[in-house]
Amino acid sequence: MKKLLALSGAALLSVVAAAYAQQKAAVDPAKVDATVNAAFPAAPSDWAPRLTPDETMRQCSQTRNKPDKKTADAIEKREKAAIEYPADGNFIGDWKKGEALAQNGYGLRFSDYPPRRTTGGNCYACHQLTKKEVSYGTLGPSLLEYGKLRDYKPAAVKAAYEKIYNSHAALACSNMPRFGANKILTIDQIKDAVALLMSPDSPVNKGQ
Amino acid sequence: MKNFLQTAFAALCAVAAVTAAPAQDADTEKGIERYRQMLKEDPWSNPGLLDADRGEALWKTTRGPKNVSLETCDLGKGAGKVDGVFAELPRFFAGANQVMDLETRILWCMEKIQGFNRADLIKRPHPGGGQPVKELGAMATYVASKSSGMKYAARLDKPQEKAMVALGDELFHRRSGPFDFSCATCHAAEGLRIRLQGLPYLESPSEAKKVIGEWPAYRVSSTHVMTMQHRLYDCYWQMRMPELQFGSDASVALIAYLTKNAEGGEISAPALKR
Repeated sequence: MKKLLALSGAALLSVVAAAYAQQKAAVDPAKVDATVNAAFPAAPSDWAPRLTPDETMRQCSQTRNKPDKKTADAIEKREKAAIEYPADGNFIGDWKKGEALAQNGYGLRFSDYPPRRTTGGNCYACHQLTKKEVSYGTLGPSLLEYGKLRDYKPAAVKAAYEKIYNSHAALACSNMPRFGANKILTIDQIKDAVALLMSPDSPVNKGQ
Repeated sequence: MKNFLQTAFAALCAVAAVTAAPAQDADTEKGIERYRQMLKEDPWSNPGLLDADRGEALWKTTRGPKNVSLETCDLGKGAGKVDGVFAELPRFFAGANQVMDLETRILWCMEKIQGFNRADLIKRPHPGGGQPVKELGAMATYVASKSSGMKYAARLDKPQEKAMVALGDELFHRRSGPFDFSCATCHAAEGLRIRLQGLPYLESPSEAKKVIGEWPAYRVSSTHVMTMQHRLYDCYWQMRMPELQFGSDASVALIAYLTKNAEGGEISAPALKR
């Protein structure tokens, strides 16, 4: 996965880097912030953090997702330190619930309040996971047979949990949301997503 | 016409549903391409043309507290001139001391010439699913249609215009919100999809040229014309950001940036899209 992520990341980054190099006039960051703050006057007060990139997002935006080695190391270290692990040390939940959350794109849009159902992970928006689901996106790598290809090793299970919880811990400036760190999904939901990837009886690994 | 669109959409769904695993991607792409062709085969099947007609009538009708038409509105090429103006927007308007895209300029004229209240106009500027495009959007559709077949030729060379393009470039790449998304998350590489929906690589002039000139466009999936301001609002909704204000500098900056990337591309508004 890391290789896949890194490869697709590298292809993307070379393109972005070319565009970045062409960029001419630098824009005052304070002006960008002011423009964004003025663009969303209907934002509820507790949405203010959504308008402002945190340190990692600031670094990723500034470098157009191509941080230098030192910055990338700092991002990975910082994000890894922010990962919370399941209290019981068990990373694998229920793959059926994981499949449901992989299909579910509901949640956190301004039209999703008050919440009418649980927030989903929407994995299929970007990843192929099972053969049965033909409507999948290609922004992320295919995850077909994800666990099988890793022999269901405990280290791979833990790594999958960490990637879903905080993708930047594994690859600085990854395109994938930080599902755990940004409180999109709960720890239990992330365990269900891990089960979808890592359970031998999951359709991801049974070629279904 | 509605039947035709539904048949085309059903064809797409059927192809997606029966597609078998191995040659899956190629077959899916073929199905989507067939759907696109069906949409293009009969340009008169585009319901967006009705909105352009409605927009033309609105443009020429005396309305608002001052009871005048918009025929004295200067969209950049002189009072009342509509032909070809969309191809040269956004631009800096000295009188307003602002760079404006088409919709922001129409808003300005509705306020200054007809006396409409700006706050009322931007309160709920976009239609809900199944509702027709609002009056301002219908007029934008009309004006854009009067540049159909022309090529984008916005100069964007004045200092204020250049600053807007540069600002749009920054905004395009700014990641924030709970999903850490920027526009570039989905539109900075070639040939990618969300689910089955293809994503244009908008940083690339060759791809921007193909799609930017399609807006305002009639969207079959939401059964109404969606303007560019609405399209950006919809992107920010999907990015888990708050409601983008109509005519905000951020919206104009992004439109300026995208239009610059699409320079030389053909305008086909209102296009018919999935």
